[in-house]
Amino acid sequence: MMQQRRALALISGGLDSLLAARVVMEQGIHVEGVNFYTGFCVEGHTHAIRKKDRARPKRNNALWVAEQLGIKLHIIDVTEQYKDVVINPKHGYGANLNPCLDCKCFMVGKAVEWIGEHGFDFIITGEVVGQRPMSQRRDTMRIVVRESQVGERLLRPLCAKNLPPTLPELEGWVDREKLYGFSGRSRKPQMALAKQFGLMDYAQPAGGCCFLTDEAYSRKLADLWESRGAREYELDDIMLLKVGRHLRPRPHFKLIIGREEGENNFLQGYQRRFPLLRMISHPGPLTLIDGEVGAEDVELAACIAARFSAGRDAGQVEMQLIDRDGSEQMLQVFPMPVAEVRLEWYL
Amino acid sequence: MVSVREQLDARRLLCPLPVIRTQDRVNTMAAGELLEVICTDPGAASDIPAWCRINGHKVIEMREQSGELVILIEVGEKKR
Ligand code: SF4
Repeated sequence: MMQQRRALALISGGLDSLLAARVVMEQGIHVEGVNFYTGFCVEGHTHAIRKKDRARPKRNNALWVAEQLGIKLHIIDVTEQYKDVVINPKHGYGANLNPCLDCKCFMVGKAVEWIGEHGFDFIITGEVVGQRPMSQRRDTMRIVVRESQVGERLLRPLCAKNLPPTLPELEGWVDREKLYGFSGRSRKPQMALAKQFGLMDYAQPAGGCCFLTDEAYSRKLADLWESRGAREYELDDIMLLKVGRHLRPRPHFKLIIGREEGENNFLQGYQRRFPLLRMISHPGPLTLIDGEVGAEDVELAACIAARFSAGRDAGQVEMQLIDRDGSEQMLQVFPMPVAEVRLEWYL
Repeated sequence: MVSVREQLDARRLLCPLPVIRTQDRVNTMAAGELLEVICTDPGAASDIPAWCRINGHKVIEMREQSGELVILIEVGEKKR
């Protein structure tokens, strides 16, 4: 009997990677999935922090895809190594701080390492020529092959017919005739193929697969770098960019103000890593102060935070400051009038 | 019978990190052993069981305990 070939599919959680893996499975290949966690990934429930979003069905799309396919999924934490991709992308950024081409090279490169370690034969991605502006043009597809050192072991089943044959095709592991020649931005062929496979209810990511394609998110990340005078981040930094309102009233500090209970609980977890403001006299947000602050700054922060509390129209409100060393202090402040909260403070 | 029962603290981690930590720990354990995962991201309530189904492990118990989610997993056979 012929040896069963093994392929590793990059699973983003979207329809294309689902179809690509499925097409290859149809040809009797053993497929397992891999999903890279960069810290910026958009989860079905990233916003589960917010209580109002908890009612929505929650699922991790990559896990869901793997379950639909009946394949194993390896989720790999690449948050540390990925920093270099975000901070120094050789090929630059897309519309926002999304380094899509470097990201693709990185992920395929990681997959190359994985198949080497696990004795798999080739890699599958759901890319389609011409689908996304930066990372899925024909010339950029060549760059991915070159920089990831994948050689001829990268199969793109959805557009293979538009590309030169790869090793799995040349060796006859897969039948090129049964692959596809999709191109361009239309989603119709994918949707038709999904229907043919009886797949429904799949995720349709609008922009990209991660927060870096989001304008508001990228703006906050750029602000973080600018305020620190260095392009660097820790995982906590980029998590916090997803939570709360961010206001920078002074260049040397910003406030992260919880918008509701779920976010307040989440921010509470950062007590002792940031000075924290809690409302005492009225229901209101939990606020983190990010930056080195003096007494005057704290007062300004408290006035702004109070503006987002139920005491916004009260004369004076009472708040508690919990510093990094755990020391507590009571503050009496006047909530800042709405008109004085400057628009440019909002990140 | 004394069975191995390990604990994993995945509190405050946001999905999919609780799943990743669970996966990495389970990979060091043997079939039949138990792992108790404690997490706070409600998303883990669907993700960890999904990950277990895909990879052949069993969720024996899932409960909420003082605002935290406790998931007990029995490690399954690992076929390569
Ligand atoms: S959208 Fe994000 S995850 Fe997707 S390729 Fe671009 S940078 Fe990478």
